[in-house]
Amino acid sequence: MPEIAIRTEELTRDFANVRAVDGLNLEVEAGTVFGFLGPNGSGKTTTIRMLLGLLEPSSGRAEVLGLDTRTQSGQIRAISGALLENPALYERFSAEDNLDFYARIWRIGAAERRMRIRQLLNHLGLWERRKETVVKWSRGMKQKLAVARALLHRPALIFLDEPTAGLDPVAAAALRADLESLAVGDGATVFLTTHNLAEAEKFCRRVAVIREGKLLAVGHPDELRSQRGGLKAEVLGRGFNPEVLLALRALPLVASTELQNGRLVIGFSGKADLAPVVALLVTLGVQVEEVHKGKASLEDVFLTLMEEETA
Amino acid sequence: MIRDIWTMVWKEWREIFLQRGTFRGGVFSAIVIPLGLLGIFIPWQEGRHWAQSAITPVLWVWLPVFLVATMICESFAGERERKTLETLLASRLADRTILFGKIAAAVGYGWGLAIASMALGLITVNLVHGHGDLILLPAQTILVVCAISLLASALAASAGVLISLRAATVRQAQQTLSLSLMGIMFGGVFGLQALPPEWKAWLFRTFAGAHLGTTTLIGGGVLLALDLLLISAAMARFQRARLILD
Repeated sequence: MPEIAIRTEELTRDFANVRAVDGLNLEVEAGTVFGFLGPNGSGKTTTIRMLLGLLEPSSGRAEVLGLDTRTQSGQIRAISGALLENPALYERFSAEDNLDFYARIWRIGAAERRMRIRQLLNHLGLWERRKETVVKWSRGMKQKLAVARALLHRPALIFLDEPTAGLDPVAAAALRADLESLAVGDGATVFLTTHNLAEAEKFCRRVAVIREGKLLAVGHPDELRSQRGGLKAEVLGRGFNPEVLLALRALPLVASTELQNGRLVIGFSGKADLAPVVALLVTLGVQVEEVHKGKASLEDVFLTLMEEETA
Repeated sequence: MIRDIWTMVWKEWREIFLQRGTFRGGVFSAIVIPLGLLGIFIPWQEGRHWAQSAITPVLWVWLPVFLVATMICESFAGERERKTLETLLASRLADRTILFGKIAAAVGYGWGLAIASMALGLITVNLVHGHGDLILLPAQTILVVCAISLLASALAASAGVLISLRAATVRQAQQTLSLSLMGIMFGGVFGLQALPPEWKAWLFRTFAGAHLGTTTLIGGGVLLALDLLLISAAMARFQRARLILD
């Protein structure tokens, strides 16, 4: 298997007057989980469709597992798995029939098919309900079954388009754990789009942020946090007012100040030196009760990138 | 490709038989009831007349057309309406495999059921009304019915594909296709009546004078040409890059 599972060069897709993906350059290492983040309509699904060869790029090119998406899309689909925007299950079928149909599509022999279906359903806690038609199942159970379907043929690359969208936190965490143990355990490359930044932070080795089809940033979540989000401090106390915020912003090491639910959140442009900040707050009459130092979250980075782009 | 087409046929038939909730209930409503009605009840009631009537072969040609029309819309427009199409397109199956698998499932069901009903009807008539004689349809009639109903079913299927791919819902696709089929049927009857008397006389002379085989060959040739035309159009339309944008 090639070391780079996905490589795009100036990948672009236009729909009438709208440019959905704009000159995308990406590299995804094989055997890693790659998070593709962006707001609604940013071009994430269009990118997945192009990588799977379902849509032709308007210009540029992409290689998936060393195969060209324009000329070898059939081969790409043969060795990839996909969980697209919705579970797309045949609701009149039982869980077992849904998997059986796709196992036949992947040409898995009868004995192995039975074994693999049993293994996946057991792992996902659905074996006892395998004979039930899926029409009355919860969204979380359907999504689990769709994950099993995407993993049936042990694909080298799995595309997951917002797999935890619409799930409650418990179901989302369970699905994430299942994905981690099944897909990552098999050594597959995972290309994951999500709105859930905490999920991306926990699950992905590298992430890319896209907006209006343009790539804004790419890197390890830690790298992005230190490059874009920097360090931050949270101050609990009393006496915060607009003058205090203005005075803090005048300090060269302070990049931003914000009041969130009565707490003061300070973003640092470089090193987070708290002593001058606390000293200034005390001088200005603020009653400081607690100070917490920490890194910006991926969500902070994401919001910063979105604000920069809007500005 | 044959194995993949069979996989699609397996899935389509399973979907028909599960329409009633259980596989057994589906088999009963989709196979046992039509076979019982067309292969046992009607021949039983009609007696020897069933095997001699000129209407019977026409019924065996129209029956699969309507069965195929119903199933093909459910198969194509339904797959899109239930949002299962994109995932199917993201699998390793080729566009043509999906297309031919769905057409084969619809034609196989409609045509197979018609031929099975005809065979069962013959058995019923012989058992109930034979009284020691063997009642048979002329071999030529059987061949004509088999060939023309197969070609007509394929025509309904390929027209159904094109209509379904343009329809927003299964219901809309079924209504459009049913109206089109009724238009062809009634259009033919009323069109024939509206012809000038000398044209009607010419047509009557031509077809009455011609051998049944010749007439079948002409009709079959026309149907085959239409089949090829519509299947080519369906192949051109049923492509991932176009379907994904629908």
